[in-house]
Amino acid sequence: MLVGQQQRLQDDIRALVERFGRKRSALIPVLQELQNAHTTISDFAMQVVADELSIHPAEVYGVTSFYAFLRQESRGRFVFRLCGTISCELSGKSRVARQLENDLGIRFGETTADGRFGLEWASCLGMCDQGPALLVNDRVYTGVTPEHVHAIIDECKSTFGAHAREAVHS
Amino acid sequence: MSADTRQDLNSSRAPMSQKAQQVTPSGSDAAGYIGGLVSVNIDGKDHKVPLGTTILEAARQVGIKIPTLCHHPDLCVAGVCRMCVVEVENQRALQAACAYPVTAPLKVKTHTAKVRQARRHVIDLLLSTHYGECYSCKRNNNCELQTLAQEHGVDFYRFGHVTESQYPIDRSSYSVIRDPDKCVLCRRCVRTCIDVQEVGVLEAVGRSDKTRIGTYLDKPLGDVVCINCGQCINRCPTGALHANDASDEVWRAIDDPKKHVVIQTAPSPRAGIGECFGLEPGTPMTYQMNTALKLCGFNKVFDTNFSADLTIIEEGTELLMRLYKALVKNEPVALPQFTSCSPGWVKYLEHFYPEYIPNLSSAKSPQQMFGAVIKTYYAKLNNIDPKDIVTVALMPCSAKKFECNRPEMDSSGFKDVDYGLTTRELAQMIKEAGINLPDMPKGEFDDPFGTATGSGVIFGATGGVMEAALRTVIELVTGAKVESLFENANIAPVRGFDGVRYVELPLPEVAPDVIPLLAHLIPSWDFLKGATLKVAVAHGTANAKKVMENIKAGGQFSQCHFIEFMACPGGCIGGGGQPIPTSPEIRKARARAIYEEDAACEVRKSHENPAVLKLYGDFFTDGPCGHLSHKLLHTHYTARGKFIG
Repeated sequence: MLVGQQQRLQDDIRALVERFGRKRSALIPVLQELQNAHTTISDFAMQVVADELSIHPAEVYGVTSFYAFLRQESRGRFVFRLCGTISCELSGKSRVARQLENDLGIRFGETTADGRFGLEWASCLGMCDQGPALLVNDRVYTGVTPEHVHAIIDECKSTFGAHAREAVHS
Repeated sequence: MSADTRQDLNSSRAPMSQKAQQVTPSGSDAAGYIGGLVSVNIDGKDHKVPLGTTILEAARQVGIKIPTLCHHPDLCVAGVCRMCVVEVENQRALQAACAYPVTAPLKVKTHTAKVRQARRHVIDLLLSTHYGECYSCKRNNNCELQTLAQEHGVDFYRFGHVTESQYPIDRSSYSVIRDPDKCVLCRRCVRTCIDVQEVGVLEAVGRSDKTRIGTYLDKPLGDVVCINCGQCINRCPTGALHANDASDEVWRAIDDPKKHVVIQTAPSPRAGIGECFGLEPGTPMTYQMNTALKLCGFNKVFDTNFSADLTIIEEGTELLMRLYKALVKNEPVALPQFTSCSPGWVKYLEHFYPEYIPNLSSAKSPQQMFGAVIKTYYAKLNNIDPKDIVTVALMPCSAKKFECNRPEMDSSGFKDVDYGLTTRELAQMIKEAGINLPDMPKGEFDDPFGTATGSGVIFGATGGVMEAALRTVIELVTGAKVESLFENANIAPVRGFDGVRYVELPLPEVAPDVIPLLAHLIPSWDFLKGATLKVAVAHGTANAKKVMENIKAGGQFSQCHFIEFMACPGGCIGGGGQPIPTSPEIRKARARAIYEEDAACEVRKSHENPAVLKLYGDFFTDGPCGHLSHKLLHTHYTARGKFIG
């Protein structure tokens, strides 16, 4: 990691710690916000967080490795999590899944080569009456049909890169 | 949680509900005592306990044993293993006795059919993922899981048994070896490493059936900030953690007729080794061990207390010189001076407070000093080529194994100490040689290092180094006998098991002359007249951290002159190489043995040790902290930092 990047990461973490407080209980919000901003929680970041909160790096690693939504390696700028439970299955999840795989060109559990999109299964998203449910970063889409998939991906593309209109997530 | 490891309630990582149970207020009007007595009925026995007492503690008070696995008297409640489940009347589910505070009258049954079945299933499930068999395990016959399986009549693997290793063994550390296949995830090591030692190397990593005890990023133990104290080994219920055993190498050296194998024995193992032979904790085995070691084949048996006395002279001189430089010459000197006898503490400082390395006494630890003296003075005296000498150190410590492998510890041209053995390893060697230690006749230590003083003995207990140093410093500086200030030369204020102790000693009068040994360094003691010597003692690195933070903030301890730090709770007697189990009561018993041995010594002050004085007369002729002593008896440290690359 370059020194400039490290410095930026450190500054970000310090700002987050200022915001959430120097308590053990601030650990998860700090990690969540950090991941939103940087897509991953890096080795270096974990040590800085530990230092700022006066806990041990192993504890931060323990928490990071416990939660599926906290990641040490990037799963993409936009992580698509399709609800994999039975009620979504009954309302047509499989077709949505096939459409996602086709449109993104990756299988579940993979990330696109450009690092933009990741695709994975989620356990129940709690939207059983409005399935199939799809979570893109922290935004939930319900009643998703294969036709919707294209629009959702497009929306993501338009908020990322040179032609970004606005930051949707964070 | 016992008093000596109890944390400040706000600083421990345990949630409030898992804090040490509030038990035994000293009277019904004691502060914090809100609930009065609550009646419990355990297996038909009526009993009254203070509000907040756990069912486990209440059962122990009426003499009912509830089996435990993750519970440990030094640690906060975890409640993860479910071995201690009991039936509480009117509760549908079984309750963990270790984590259930009695807050209302309760009726408890500890061994109903439901309870027995649940416990049996807990063991069966643990065994289903417990790879390996008992014969090849370091903890065979001293394993809590094995005992539980035996006590609960396990005669087959109800839920199967893994036949393949799931994890590699981590042998990267000089001191501590991790075998995750044997881990039962009780998290005792995690609570030890984070709460008791504040080192924070081990933590539960991953989730669900992927959970394992890991280090930061699952790096090898040798690459993280582990201080090698071995407290995790001492609290591990199974063989998942053990010390890096050097006994094979030691046997090989003994078997080699060309090698001259000498062993030095530290005071704490002698107070503890009896436990490995079924004796009560606190039964000293000093002289029986001398005979046994000779029978094992060691050529010479020396007393580490000799070099403990040497350490006191070197470290004490260093302290007096620092004070002299600071007060008379107005030179910038790092004060307070920290002790450097505990290799766990030294590595802790190197990792977490590297900016304070100048405060650390440059004197080597007694183990390393002895090694250096043996390979130089002793080799010359006996006309033995130092390369043929193998020095073995019997220590209560796993960190000593790391210390003797430090690359800078070879100032004589040879490795100061070749192998470090723990108390447990030596007990095994003695058993292997077919010797029953308690039956041995008493034997003496070998010359020329046979005479040691009581000051050396008490190095083993927390406060001991400080007491030994004070006995010498007081006598040298004031010229008065320590006995005139403290009854029987027992400096009681520095003794005990409080985590941090602070003592002030006024020096109203000073001796007219400086003893010849130091006269060339310090012309007169006048600069200390009327001064007050401020010293402190801390044991367990969590307590050391408190003191260091206080110093950093410019608090009370930054005004101290000399601070003793020991990495292990209770000092060396509670070291990571001592017999398992270790509990507050056992530590107290071992400390008692050590103080009794001190009281029985004829000479009790380091500067009166004739063998040490002879060594200065014959070998270290330029005196303490002189040129040769600097070369052989002093060392330097490495700023390691806590960033894990």
